[in-house]
Amino acid sequence: MSKKTLIPIGPYHPLQEEPELFKLYCDGEIVKDIKWETGYNHRGIEKLSESKTYEQIFFLVERICGICSNSHPFAFANAVEEIADIEITNRAKYIRSIIGELERLHSHLLWVGLAGHFLGYNTVFMWAWKYREPVLDLFEMISGNRNSYAMFRVGGVRRDIEAIKIPAIHKVLDDIKKKTDLLTGAIMDDPVIHARTKGVGILTKQDIIDYGAVGPTARASGVAIDVRKDDPYAAYPLVNWKVITAESGDVFAKAEVRLLEMYESISIIEQCLDGLNKEKEGDITIKVKEIPEGIGNGRAEAPRGEVFHFVQSDGSSSPVRHKIRAPSYVNIATFKKSCIGQTIADATISLAAVDPCYCCTERMAVAYDINSGERIMNANELINESAKKTNEIKNTFNSQI
Amino acid sequence: MAVNLFYFLVFPGLLFAAVTGAFLSWFDRKITARVQFRNGPPILQPFYDFFKLLLVKETILPKHGSPLIFLVAPIFAVFGATMAGVFILLPLLNITTGFRGDLIVIFYLLTIPSFSYIIGALASGNPLAAVGGSREMKLILSYELTFLLFIAGIIMKCGQHFDLYSIIQAQKAGSPFIGSISGVLLFVVGIFCIQAKLALVPFDMPEAEAEITEGIFIEYSGAAYAMIKLTKYIMFFILPAFLVALLMNGFRFEGIHILWALLKIFAVVLILTLIRNTNPRVKIKQAISFFVVWMNLIAIIALVLIAFGY
Repeated sequence: MSKKTLIPIGPYHPLQEEPELFKLYCDGEIVKDIKWETGYNHRGIEKLSESKTYEQIFFLVERICGICSNSHPFAFANAVEEIADIEITNRAKYIRSIIGELERLHSHLLWVGLAGHFLGYNTVFMWAWKYREPVLDLFEMISGNRNSYAMFRVGGVRRDIEAIKIPAIHKVLDDIKKKTDLLTGAIMDDPVIHARTKGVGILTKQDIIDYGAVGPTARASGVAIDVRKDDPYAAYPLVNWKVITAESGDVFAKAEVRLLEMYESISIIEQCLDGLNKEKEGDITIKVKEIPEGIGNGRAEAPRGEVFHFVQSDGSSSPVRHKIRAPSYVNIATFKKSCIGQTIADATISLAAVDPCYCCTERMAVAYDINSGERIMNANELINESAKKTNEIKNTFNSQI
Repeated sequence: MAVNLFYFLVFPGLLFAAVTGAFLSWFDRKITARVQFRNGPPILQPFYDFFKLLLVKETILPKHGSPLIFLVAPIFAVFGATMAGVFILLPLLNITTGFRGDLIVIFYLLTIPSFSYIIGALASGNPLAAVGGSREMKLILSYELTFLLFIAGIIMKCGQHFDLYSIIQAQKAGSPFIGSISGVLLFVVGIFCIQAKLALVPFDMPEAEAEITEGIFIEYSGAAYAMIKLTKYIMFFILPAFLVALLMNGFRFEGIHILWALLKIFAVVLILTLIRNTNPRVKIKQAISFFVVWMNLIAIIALVLIAFGY
């Protein structure tokens, strides 16, 4: 067997902004095997949520992910409303969808920029992020926050989108549409981008089904799954839109799907804004007295794919079990298929192409002794280790002074 | 001897080339920033960068490598770039006439920085640097032949003169070489070779930040990295100057012609900057086929055209 070099991507690496570790076992420039380690960022959200009330959990799950910060409250609201069997008002549905689609817009623009950066195309990076800025300003106008919008609650939304704000939103959307045209044209017609992304990191339809991948990653391989269509929620059944798919399953197809989805998002938002005009202003929430005993499954289509929340209630003010599955958790596993056999240059862009989000994905890591099979390094031991290390560092600094 | 030392260290060698190159690299960064809707750095930023690295930052040595080679490599790079700069700029600025065959010497001296980077990268013992080093090596192998064909084209065009001074004089007597079809083709080839020599996008795979985190330079810090920056500044001036000398009539320092000289350099740098801002990084395989097939083809077409007098 030939000697393999270990090329680490992470824990801190310019390719991914979050802590994670991909070990690429390479023979020359060819990736022969890939292993990934996470667990740098575990925060115990599921456990924490068992000690919060339903109203508080919205703010908690919003902080799971900084970019798709609305998809988790969306799925959680769907789950809780399934338990309580609530049908929210149409106006609230429209507002929820508007927020969800605006988020998809800014998330896809963010990805386009990052993908450009990973390819060394920093101009696309800067342009896409500049075009993303007005979307964040819209969020600030609607919700008061550029990120973590705090818009959702059980039984509706917290803030209304008043008629006075709607022309401004239309204006920004028109602007973004033009800029998306420009970006799409620049990316779709650039021969060098074609050379870098076509036929790279291919996931076949079968791979997607085997690994259960979701979101744009799956749709780029011709698997038309989208929770918004398959399990309609909020205002998505009330408006006209179509699921964007591509066939080739390579990085280019993933970019194509995301860019074209942005047009769908804009169209959905515009239809929702028209829908808002028909509904009575201020009719955004219904009163929910208590959450009955039961279980609820909430799904929502985040920009990266399906977010799944499972909530079990015993009739008290906080859930007894709250389980979260983020889209990156299944999408990251496809790297085994997409990266092996490629060069490092191709593997890195294939890694980035599924738009992995590690803060959504992080799971607790448990260490077992390989010989005895006993669990080692539990929380207390880790805390002790950490305190020991801190003391060591402190002592070395003290001795230096 | 004292004059030669002055040539090497002050003008037109180390100091002059580095200061001009630093200014040009600021120009490159500023244009890049404007293209990307940013403000860009102040004009002294390259100097801040350099002196901060040189004087403030500590130099960290890699644990698993050979520190001596690791540290000597950047100094070799500076020497190579400065020597090449002296041989290019002396005839170009009309100080001395150079010597017969200095074109060949310049060609070899211009490869020294790249080779020093490779040696330094491999001496650092970092796997990412090793990947970067192997990429740089492949890149050199692909563009050097093209660069040689480019220089051969110039030599054929001026009537078998092997020294830079005669080439410049031949252009001044007649017309600049770029004013013909073969000249334009050679200019295109030359620009891409310089792009690869400077490791700018789309040929920056030895450094490829998002893939191998600056690759060949990953272990460099402090004064050693300052030397690499210095080399890059010098190369950023002398390579465009070399192109101006070979194809665009060189410089003339009288009255309005000084403005022309500056414009030529800025125009070449602007082209390099725009290429790097409108392209993604290509893969090393694609770069090799780009040079070995396409650029060589264009260069050979240019040679044939020259042989027929176009």
